[in-house]
Amino acid sequence: MFDELTVEAYGLEKSYGKLKVLDGIDLRVERGSVYALLGPNGAGKTTTVRILATLTGADAGRARVAGFDVARQRHRVRRTISLTGQYAAVDDLLTGEENLRMMARLTGLRRGRARRRVAELLERFDLAPAARRRVGTYSGGMRRRLDLAASLVGQPSVVFLDEPTTGLDPRSRQAMWAVINGLARSGVTVFLTTQYLEEADRLADSIAVIDGGRMVAEGTAAELKAKVAEQRLDLRLTDRPAFDAVAGYLGTRAIQADPARLSIGVATDASAGHIRAVLDDVDPRRTAVESFAVHTATLDDVFLALTGHVIAAEKETADV
Amino acid sequence: MSNATTMVGRSVRVSSRQVDAVLTSLMLPIMLMLMFVYLFGGAIDTGTKYVTYVVPGVILLCAGFGAATTAVSVSQDMKNGIVDRFRSMDIGGAALLAGHVAASVARNLASTVLVLGVAFLIGFRPRATLVEWLAAAGVLLLFILAISWLSAAVGLLARTPEAAAGFTFFVMFLPYPSSAFVPIDTMPSWIHGFANHQPCTPVIETLRGLLLDTPVGSAPWQAVAWCGGILFASVAVSGVLFRRRTA
Repeated sequence: MFDELTVEAYGLEKSYGKLKVLDGIDLRVERGSVYALLGPNGAGKTTTVRILATLTGADAGRARVAGFDVARQRHRVRRTISLTGQYAAVDDLLTGEENLRMMARLTGLRRGRARRRVAELLERFDLAPAARRRVGTYSGGMRRRLDLAASLVGQPSVVFLDEPTTGLDPRSRQAMWAVINGLARSGVTVFLTTQYLEEADRLADSIAVIDGGRMVAEGTAAELKAKVAEQRLDLRLTDRPAFDAVAGYLGTRAIQADPARLSIGVATDASAGHIRAVLDDVDPRRTAVESFAVHTATLDDVFLALTGHVIAAEKETADV
Repeated sequence: MSNATTMVGRSVRVSSRQVDAVLTSLMLPIMLMLMFVYLFGGAIDTGTKYVTYVVPGVILLCAGFGAATTAVSVSQDMKNGIVDRFRSMDIGGAALLAGHVAASVARNLASTVLVLGVAFLIGFRPRATLVEWLAAAGVLLLFILAISWLSAAVGLLARTPEAAAGFTFFVMFLPYPSSAFVPIDTMPSWIHGFANHQPCTPVIETLRGLLLDTPVGSAPWQAVAWCGGILFASVAVSGVLFRRRTA
């Protein structure tokens, strides 16, 4: 079991001045899996990645990456990882090819092998036609892909991606997801952070939800969704008195209530029998419920249920 | 070591493509030289032809200003994610900064040659022997090295590249209260102390003496002491600052 873990962390803590950014984070990432650290801005995602990638020391706790201690065996760790941060680490004045070739030289590849590796990466990341153009002329999505390609030159076995699609348009995001999925299939362990629930859902084998420097939940997307009831029966009430009556009757059994839309949600297994029973139970006279809908829980619901607030950034960045 | 070479290649390539910056660091000293020689020179009595007097000062201004732009490039690197990428690849600050400094030295030696060429066209006639040329080049190299490392430290200190750019102005104005453009004894007496004992003056006096084959006195030793001191302090401070900025 121990051998199967590529990243493990126990009780990571970090403060900047009086601000406690990480307050005891434990992580276990299996080899070859995609692990997502999901949380809003300021949750401690970047700090966690920086500690695991040996760039920042933790105040307390221990972490091992690929079997090496991130504090005491920093150089060993650095030889097995790559980091792609939130800001593309490429030179705008150099061409895509020159950027990759520089990375190849820095990872110690000789000229011939470097050239082949660079050509291969340009091809794989769909950048070959733009290889001789300066990066300053690239689109946001191309820059991110080049940045990721640059981080893979040295064939790392653990890849850290800090918010790989933040600020990208939907099409570039899809392209990036395809790239990350491909990476995972090639046997690399991917550790990513995201504020997008959909992203974690689409990419990750395992998801950790963090908020305010603490881990609030961990599991597969399905397991997390199960925490808030896999399916939800949304009842639409006829009017406000009916809403108040049903809300009062259900009490804490209601997992969601929205007076403005006269809507109340209860957990369900989505079977006809259960839905019929719920309807009969809350509305024996068949006057209060106007309509109903069965709703499959999203990670949004999970996040709301676990932290008491929504991930606000989602809407904002979806328009960009 | 091979990492440092790669980093030097990177910085040289990047700075050769900053066309506007290259032009500024070339045009500025040349324009200043033409302005001083043709507009102000007639009114300045230095005992020799003014172009002969002013060229060492212009060379120093050119080298200093060009070297100071290192602050901007270092600060740009600190601002975007590339330093984190390099560190995660186990490439330290020393290689990164050395790359910037080496590129600065290459850039500024090239622009010095160009400025000298223009100076020659407008009547500058040095009388230096080969040894004196080499000695002058050596002192200038040391000066560029010192200002480049100092600028690298400033670049690490500055929060934004814009703030770092402010430093280039400081370096550009430093030669004015020195013997670069007019003899110090024509300045008000309260400024003599500063003008005589700031790093530009001994460097300029050394260049002037060597290129024109006149006595240099203790100026070379003062120049070497100043530049060596700045260089040593800047390298040390850069190391500390880099570690602090990236912790």
